[in-house]
This record gives sequence, structure tokens and C-alpha cells, in this order.
Amino acid sequence: MLTILFDGVAYGMLLFILAIGLSVTLGLMNFINLAHGAFAMAGGYVTVLLMQNHNVPFLLCVPIAFLVTAVLGAILERTLYRPMYGKPALDQVLFSIGLAFIAMTIVDYSIGSSEQIIQLPHWLRGRSELAFGDHVLGMGHYRLLIIAVCIVLTILLQYVLTHTRFGSRLRASVDDQRVADGLGINVNVIFFSTFAVGSGLAGLGGAMGAEVLGLDPTFPFKFMIYFLIVVALGGTSSLTGPLLASLILGIADVAGKYYMPKLGSFIVYAVMILILLWRPDGLFARRGAK
Amino acid sequence: MKKRLFLRTALCAFAIAATGLHAPAIQAAEKPFKVGLIVPMTGAFASTGRQLHSAVQAYMKDHGDTVAGRKIQVILKDDNGVAANSRKLAQELIVNDDVDVIAGFGLTPITLAVAPIATQSKTPMVLMAAQTQANTEASPYMVRSSGTITQVTSGIAQWAVENDIKTAVTLVPDYAPGYESEEAFKKYFLAAGGKILEEIRVPMRNPDFAPFLQRVRDVKPDALFVMLPSGPGAALLKQYGQRGLADAGIRLIGHGAITDDDNLNQAGDAALGVITSDYYATSHDSEMNRKFIETYKSIDGTSRPNFFGVAGYDGMHLIYEALRKTDGKTDGKAEGMAFVDAMKNLSFESPRGPVTLDPESRDFIQNIYMRKVEKVGDEYQNVEFDVIERVNAAGETK
Repeated sequence: MLTILFDGVAYGMLLFILAIGLSVTLGLMNFINLAHGAFAMAGGYVTVLLMQNHNVPFLLCVPIAFLVTAVLGAILERTLYRPMYGKPALDQVLFSIGLAFIAMTIVDYSIGSSEQIIQLPHWLRGRSELAFGDHVLGMGHYRLLIIAVCIVLTILLQYVLTHTRFGSRLRASVDDQRVADGLGINVNVIFFSTFAVGSGLAGLGGAMGAEVLGLDPTFPFKFMIYFLIVVALGGTSSLTGPLLASLILGIADVAGKYYMPKLGSFIVYAVMILILLWRPDGLFARRGAK
Repeated sequence: MKKRLFLRTALCAFAIAATGLHAPAIQAAEKPFKVGLIVPMTGAFASTGRQLHSAVQAYMKDHGDTVAGRKIQVILKDDNGVAANSRKLAQELIVNDDVDVIAGFGLTPITLAVAPIATQSKTPMVLMAAQTQANTEASPYMVRSSGTITQVTSGIAQWAVENDIKTAVTLVPDYAPGYESEEAFKKYFLAAGGKILEEIRVPMRNPDFAPFLQRVRDVKPDALFVMLPSGPGAALLKQYGQRGLADAGIRLIGHGAITDDDNLNQAGDAALGVITSDYYATSHDSEMNRKFIETYKSIDGTSRPNFFGVAGYDGMHLIYEALRKTDGKTDGKAEGMAFVDAMKNLSFESPRGPVTLDPESRDFIQNIYMRKVEKVGDEYQNVEFDVIERVNAAGETK
């Protein structure tokens, strides 16, 4: 029981890392980026290639994956995404899903279609158990690491958004781009760096997730639906929304598969439908927004 | 207008004249014997196609490209693992390229989509991969050079009972081959007095095995039986280790697909000690197998042959032998059934061991080996330690 809860939390946290970048671009910049999963995949493959071909240790690969995908995101933002900001939603969707297809084919062609496997360092493969009376809590070390990384990230992001000058500029740019521009805020730079960080976070999630979720060229579509559920449930106005949504999703998915293996993967969708019936704008809709 | 009509007529006339002139010229020379090889060379199942194609080339390198005076010509087509493509490609090969035999076919849906075309055009069809048992019933022109899921699974189920495994949980993917494996395991395991505690079917696109494995751990069976394609299979093996199922006394046994020789090295230490059954292992100890591997590696040095590779090799052997038996005279299409009949009952030594093509099921009667994953040198291998001889497609010993 406790173990299931633990696994669910770890899974949810992983989804959070993966989806937070999407929540940022969608919520703050009003841009629908369905190619988000492709950035996550890029991070995963950076890790796999570095580990397999250059024997780079896993813990070093994760920040490298973040940097590489952030740079990739930055380049694409300048060249491809920026002209799309003003376009209608349908154009954005078609554009970004096209990018995802291209990314999948590039990976399939250059690296191959088989599932990639990461060899974790020994100390991450183990498992610790705590007993509370009759209840045993088994914690995989890797999952502990995921939870730790996620907590640090959340605190960091929350701090940047609410307590720094960059954060207030970002919020100002989002609320009214023209006024912010008029006040001397360089909106382009703000969006540029936000997009890069969002992509970088996806890459980080991909690097951490390759071990748990598996990694092959279909990754962007396999998980797109999960990202979208997180964003739909969590709303896009804060970090707490997506975090809570990810946790609910993770726990529901793991517990559902444990207690009702036959229904398995359906539980997630049932939970989503129920929550959206109850709160159509997501758990934490911002009043008066849009 | 008139001018254009004239041009068109002239073009047509020229085209007819051209084909008319050329056709007899080709027939006059000894017509090549064409094999249309339809496999997934791209997409999620590309490794199957690569194995089959390399093995077919390896066979031709070992045995030459001329049989009974006919030159063998292989035409490779990539279907991307999508049944609609395969059907279209099979039609094109038969109608336009005039192939004598179609071969390959990575997946069950593909096989079922192409089978009616083989029947209608009376073209022999050599199925080299898709292992669902009922496939060969789809066309009387089909023979299979791999094996069946039931055949392979029967081995591990019988071994489990003989080795003090009294309770088991089955874990298979939620699609037809998964059910077949589950059924086969239950049939042989229950018959010998075993008890199934739980049957788990995991979604095909399953991100995380954690909840399923935790369930297995809490149910505490003597063994966990798994049938999964090799990619997710490796992921499961790793999580099995990390979750401490082995420490809890739950043994992992499975269908040979989870320890696929093609990427067993990638799975690494996680696979050590896993016991599976299958009809072929790269490590199989025979002169013929060593030679097969040597030739295979000279064609594709990046991988080693697995259960599909050997099926490609033996599939070509069936074609060569049938052509030899019919003295090279068979125009595959006109006398497709005679060609298929020539393959039936063929008995030969394959890199996997002795095989016989069962005339009834048109599947091999072959040995099923029990293997354990060990580290040999710096490679991971399925090392054979026991064998059940002459098993037919339904898993019965002949």
C-alpha cells in the first residue's frame, strides 16, 4: 500500500518534470507546442548516446541533457517558433505536430527504432525498506532520486517566478505584451529564455525518464497525451496546479494498475473526465484569465 | 487536338512494340527464380527485417545463387511493419515483378493480410517470423520457418513444473500473441498440477511496470512467467531486479523473446540467470551454427543472429530444396501447390538443430531448448542446458 503510494508519487513527479515545460509555454506564452515530447526525447537520446558511446556517468548526463535541449529549444525558438506566436491555434498545432513527426523520423533513421536501455550506476539500482508496523514501504533508490530532483526543481522555479525580477517581467509580458513592451521590457528575450528553459526541462525529464518509461522514437506521441492531461487538469497559471495534477495522475495510474490490472491504463482517463466535469477549467483556474 | 491524339497513339504503339520485342528475349534466356522478401526494414520492428534480410543474404553467400540451373534473385521490399503496405507490396511483386515465391512477414496482422493474395495467385508463401500458431491456417500455400508461440512456451511450462515451481503469475502484453502465450503456459502448467495465482495483461504501450511487479511481489508466487517483445522485456528484467523480486524468492521464467539474442547484451546484468525456452540460441553448440554466425557477421557485423535470423536462413533452405526437388522446372505461380508439396516433410540439419516440416501444420517439428542467461567472455548468452526433442506447432512431442 505504502509502496504503491511511493511509486505513484515518483511516477507523478516524473510526469511533472516532463510536462512543466509545456505548462510554461502554454500557460505563459499562449503557445500550443505539441512537439514538447520531442524535446524530452532529445534529452533521453543525449543521455543514452553519451552513456553508451562515451561512458559519461549518468549523473553528469542529466545536466548535459538539460543544456543540449535548452540550446536546441533556443535555436528552434529563434528560427521556427517565433514567427508562429501570432498565428491562430490550429496553425500552431499543425506546425508543432509536424515538428514532432520530423523529430521521430530523424531519430528512427539515424539511431534506429529499437528501445534504448540505460545502465544505471550500481548505487541507484538498489532498494530500501522501511517498516511501519504491518506496512512495509519499499523505495527504489532511483525513484527517490526522481522525487528529490523534482522537489528541488519546483522550489527553484517557484522562487524564480515569484521572487525575482525575471519572474515579474515574465508575468508582466504574459499579462499584456504591448504594455510590457512599452515599459521597456524586452519581451522577445523573455520569451526566448523561457522557451529555452522549458525545453531544457523537458530534456531533463526525458533523461530521467528513459530508465522508467523506456525510450524509442515513438516517445513524443506515447506521452503527449499524458502531458496534455497534466496541463488540462492543472491549469496553466501556476506551478502548484500541474504539480498536483501530476501527482494525482501518477498515483491513480499506479494504484489503478495495481488494484485493477484489467482496467489498467483506463483509470487515468476516468480520473481526468471526473475532474474536468467537476472543474472544467482545471484544478487551479485563474479567475478572469482569457 | 489532333496532333496530341496522334502523339498519344504513337506512344502507345511504341510502348507495345517495345514490350513485345523484349518479352521473348527474356524468356529465351533461363528465367531467374524470383523471391519477393517483404519485411519491416524501418519502423518499430526494423530489427526483425534486418535479421531476416541479413540471414537470407548469408544463406545465399553460403550456398551460391544458382539452384537447378535457375538463378535466385531476391527482391527486398520494406513494409514499415504496416499490414496495408505489405498487402500492396505483395500484389505488386506478384503482378508486376512476376515473383515465384513471397517470403518474410514480420507480424501476424501482416501475415493475415497477405495470405489471401498467396491463395488467390497460387504463390508459395514462406513465413519467416510472425509466430501466432493459427497463421498457417490462413492459406494452404503458406509454410513457416520460425516457430509458434505455443510451441516455444510449452517448453518453459513443462520445465517449471519439473523444477518445483508450484505457483506462478503470468505477465503478457494485451494482444493476441500475448494471449496465446498465456493460454499455452496455463495449458501445460495446470495439466501438470501447477497453480496460476494471477494472470496479468499489460497494455501494449505501457510506460512503467512498477505497479504490475509490485502486485507480483505481494502475491508471492514461486515464479513469474513473462512473454514480452525484447525492448520492453529488457525494461521488465531491470525493474524485476530493482524491485527485489529475486530476493523475495520469485523466479523469473519466460518465453525466449524476452532474452532476444539480438539485444541481450544491452540488457546486461539484469538478465543474468533468467530461464527461458526457445528454438534457437546464438550460443547453440554445433559446427553448422558457428558457420552460420560467421557468415551472418560478415554481412552484418553490428548484430548477432537471433530466432528470426535463423528462420530467414532456414526459409531460404526450404526454397532452395523445393526448387531442387522440382528440378528447377516449377514456374512457382503455375504450380504453386507442387512447390509447397515439395517443401512438406523436408528434414534437414539447421543451425538450430534438426528440423522437419510437418505436412499437416506446415510448421517445423523442432527441438525446444531450455536456456539460462550467462556471461560468456564479454558477451551475454542464452546458454542451453536442456532440450525437449521434436515438438510440433501445438507444443506436443512427436
